[in-house]
Amino acid sequence: MATVKLTINDMEIEVERGTSILQAAQQLGIEVPHFCYHERLTVPANCRMCLVEVEGGPPKPAASCAMACGDGMVVKTDSPMVKKARKGVMEMLLINHPLDCPICDQGGECDLQDQAMGYGFDRSRFQENKRAVPNKELGPLIKTIMTRCINCTRCVRFAEEVAGTPVLGQLNRGEDAEIGTFIDQLVQTELSGNLIDICPVGALTSKPYAFKARPWELTKTESIDVHDAIGSNIRVDVKGREVLRILPRLHEDVNEEWISDRTRFAYDGLNDGRLDRPYVRDDKSGKLVEATWDQAFAKIAEKLDGLKGEEIAGLVGDLTEVESIVALKDLLEKFGSPNMDCRTDGARFDPSERAGYLFNSTIAGIDEADAILLIGTNPRHEATLVNARIRRAQFERRVKVGVIGEQADLAYKYEHLGDSTADLETFVKARSGFAKIFKDAEKPMIIVGSGVFEREDGEAIHFALQAAAEKLKVIKDDWNGFNILHRAASRVGALEVGFVPQAGGKDFNGILEGTRDGSIKALYMIGADEFDARSQIGNQAFVIYQGHHGDHAAARADVILPGCAYTEKDAIYINTEGRVQYAKRAASPPGDARTDWTILRALSEKLGQTLPYDSQMQLRNHIFETYPTFAVDDTPIKASWAKFGSKGAAGKQPFVNPVRNYYLTNAICRASATMQACSREFATQANEYLEAAE
Amino acid sequence: MLSDSDRIFTNIYGFEGPELKAAQKRGDWDNTKDILKKGKEWIIEEMKSSGLRGRGGAGFPTGMKWSFMPKESDGRPHYLVVNADESEPGTCKDRDILRNEPHKLLEGCLIAGFAMGAHAAYIYVRGEYYNENSAMWKAIEEAYDKGLLGKNAAGTGWDFDVIMHRGAGAYICGEETALIESIEGKKGQPRNKPPFPAMAGLYSCPTTVNNVETIAVVPTILRRGGSWFAGLGLNERNAGTKLFCISGHVNQPCNVEEEMGIPLKELIEKHCGGVRGGWDNLKAVIPGGSSTPLMPKDVCDHIHMDFDSLKEVGTGLGTAGVIVMDKDTDVIQAICRLSQFYMHESCGQCTPCREGAGWLWRVMKRMVAGNATIDEIDMLYDVTKEIEGHTICALGDAAAWPVQGLIKHFRSEMEHRIVEYRKAAA
Repeated sequence: MATVKLTINDMEIEVERGTSILQAAQQLGIEVPHFCYHERLTVPANCRMCLVEVEGGPPKPAASCAMACGDGMVVKTDSPMVKKARKGVMEMLLINHPLDCPICDQGGECDLQDQAMGYGFDRSRFQENKRAVPNKELGPLIKTIMTRCINCTRCVRFAEEVAGTPVLGQLNRGEDAEIGTFIDQLVQTELSGNLIDICPVGALTSKPYAFKARPWELTKTESIDVHDAIGSNIRVDVKGREVLRILPRLHEDVNEEWISDRTRFAYDGLNDGRLDRPYVRDDKSGKLVEATWDQAFAKIAEKLDGLKGEEIAGLVGDLTEVESIVALKDLLEKFGSPNMDCRTDGARFDPSERAGYLFNSTIAGIDEADAILLIGTNPRHEATLVNARIRRAQFERRVKVGVIGEQADLAYKYEHLGDSTADLETFVKARSGFAKIFKDAEKPMIIVGSGVFEREDGEAIHFALQAAAEKLKVIKDDWNGFNILHRAASRVGALEVGFVPQAGGKDFNGILEGTRDGSIKALYMIGADEFDARSQIGNQAFVIYQGHHGDHAAARADVILPGCAYTEKDAIYINTEGRVQYAKRAASPPGDARTDWTILRALSEKLGQTLPYDSQMQLRNHIFETYPTFAVDDTPIKASWAKFGSKGAAGKQPFVNPVRNYYLTNAICRASATMQACSREFATQANEYLEAAE
Repeated sequence: MLSDSDRIFTNIYGFEGPELKAAQKRGDWDNTKDILKKGKEWIIEEMKSSGLRGRGGAGFPTGMKWSFMPKESDGRPHYLVVNADESEPGTCKDRDILRNEPHKLLEGCLIAGFAMGAHAAYIYVRGEYYNENSAMWKAIEEAYDKGLLGKNAAGTGWDFDVIMHRGAGAYICGEETALIESIEGKKGQPRNKPPFPAMAGLYSCPTTVNNVETIAVVPTILRRGGSWFAGLGLNERNAGTKLFCISGHVNQPCNVEEEMGIPLKELIEKHCGGVRGGWDNLKAVIPGGSSTPLMPKDVCDHIHMDFDSLKEVGTGLGTAGVIVMDKDTDVIQAICRLSQFYMHESCGQCTPCREGAGWLWRVMKRMVAGNATIDEIDMLYDVTKEIEGHTICALGDAAAWPVQGLIKHFRSEMEHRIVEYRKAAA
């Protein structure tokens, strides 16, 4: 690409053509104050804070965010003209700003506060009355104090460009300009929490976090999210042992700098409904009673005594980290049990080939794709940030999107091509319309929702998809366009360590069937809450539940072992791409709860089958040695293309999107009052009628 | 003084009809074909040599502006946009052109459009100009009926359409990029420049936005030759004729076409029957529509009305909307009213104008009563300097300049008002 040379503050720099002066200055490490400019949004240049002097131009400063660098330009960012302009703009920004920093949640991390310190006057000359702006009701997540708004329109642009839900706008004119939704409505997007981050002032703040803490009181821990399978990078802010908020952390290849609302706001579920001590079901009363760890382990030892390996089974749920999965697998193997499965959503697919269950193109690959086919998935609900990338691909590069499956509002335009495997076959044969675009594409992408396998003919569908991918030529020398989009943070990790039925073993449905017909006598579950344990597990089976929330499965358990939630342990998670990431312990678990793998280690000793690791480092070394895919951090190891699935008759019934309520997809969400409120406000049908009536 | 034979707008007062027949009698649409035959380059060169400067206020040379349009289309269509959103207080020249000389404008559209490779012109009419809009419609219909517009317009072989677009009454939509946004159906907010409209304007296509008067004088200039037009006026940088709109405290307010550079005194005395109460009763004049700073009487005595002379004395020709104020005028109150106008018309997009225009008005309101301190006059001046030049469009400047003019020339009156107020309060 062509470059241009320019001088900023007597420093020469060569930048790509089209780079703005502000970006060039940033590359030189020169700070240029700004509010409205955000590198992931369009440039309106309306705050006027980034004014710089361009020599030879008109005798007035230029907005550096919108002015492209020119060859031989001489720019000054600290001349008297610039300083005067900045002071003036800062004064204008503050005259109608309430200056209520002491009671503002943005205080301490506010762009306006920081820049006023750096570039403003030390006192106000404004003697008139200040303007007040009515607050807006944007739902249970975003609190508005619109008087603080500086009309930078970042939120307007975010909602329109990134989220694809253009509900916000700048209403009225001049002094009366205000940000609003015109007709009062909620900001209904799964990315709404990011509005809080991009707001440079305290106009949009977090409702659940309101008046909870000051940023400097919080202990910040960089970690990984588990509410979906993309493994968003997060920062967990803790005061005492309570998680007070969760913020995104930059990771260009995963979540960029956004996170979804579930990731951000479900944290209050970490405080409610927790299992904080072991429980054992009393044989006489049939009720769960509090117990000590020793009592719980003794009960387990008693019940497991004399059972054959094939009478024992293990399941892991959606939020389980790799360490406990490996520990449970090792333990089951010591007992000689082949019955284990991680697919507690009932999915049936062939886990033998990595290419068959990974998001092979990688999430960043969406930025290169030139045609995208979604099969049986609503990425908006299953992986919001994947959806945001698809939305951007369409917004910026006009990438065409097709959908086979249930129709939903994805925040971008797509062509609906049918809803079943039969329609997929038709699509493979078709030669016109989107099919032609897809076949002509250089980097076509198929994204298959993990929900399509949740039926009897799952393996046949897996086979059919493999065949379709080959026929549609999505596999090329340097491009693998076949992608499975998982929903559970634990799933790929469990598949990578082979937590699937071993030779002769039963899968998830087989295990449940076994508990009912008596062939499975003991069942060990870690966090398996995504099915109705009470109705599906047979009465005679002995059920051990290890987890952090008293959700579905705990109610059925005979012994409950309290574990840690994702913010309370150091843990390995692998996202849907196969990317190995490390969550860090940010808070302490409640009561007697223990780190999950240590529970299994302690139990194994009581059962006389001691697991061969005494520290997390030993366990991790064991994992790295046994499973080579874990050896590389943060870079998905590519899977080679192969045959997978088993040939069979794939049924013609339509694909169904598995996420029915975005806000209540796991035990933490279900325990979260905020998520419950969102569910009431956003997700229920009744609310829509109510809004319509208003 | 301009002789009648050099007058371009011979029906500006509407003594004759605006219809096509009468217009043709006045010479409009006379062999437009021949002008187009001479080619784009000839037209643009002739416009350059005529020295015509844009009549919308900024005074940018028209020929040069046209030459900024890409010579060959890169596949995108080119557009001509005519700015008829005449909202500047004190200005009403375009109104009379729309009403009484619509065919001059339409013919100008065709020629200008041809010169810049545009097959379509949009005329953006101010929302309040209902009758003017109707008159234009009528003229356009006539022109289409007679084959002067449409396919092979006027037999020139050039296809040309004219589309009327009525605004909704926002002053800011007279700013060229806000006007473009408004035509596109968006909120009228100015765009950042660059890119300039000649690169990416209406629907991101190369666009030239010209004032009504600029386009309407084009046919006559090309018929009579650029040198004729350049020969009129004060000098070659301030050439030709100009419509002046004189309002306020004169005996006969009027629109009049005069030579560029006519002395203000002559303009007022000859055409408007003098200042109310005689020339010595004059207090101040706003020479170019409300956004230009006012001039006190001693400047008015000998000032010539053209771009450069007015610029020298710290004001501007603007739209040539001359607002005359005699000694009965409370000049502080007058400027305060203008501040209120700019506050009300600020689009709210960028900070200095959105916040500053209201601040100016509020301080001005106190200045009117005298409820302020002497220091605040300096502060007020400083605030205008914080707005000026820091905004996306020129509305910020327009809000600042009248106040600057007031402080520059009538500071003593403001101070006097403050002292009187203090006395009364004490």
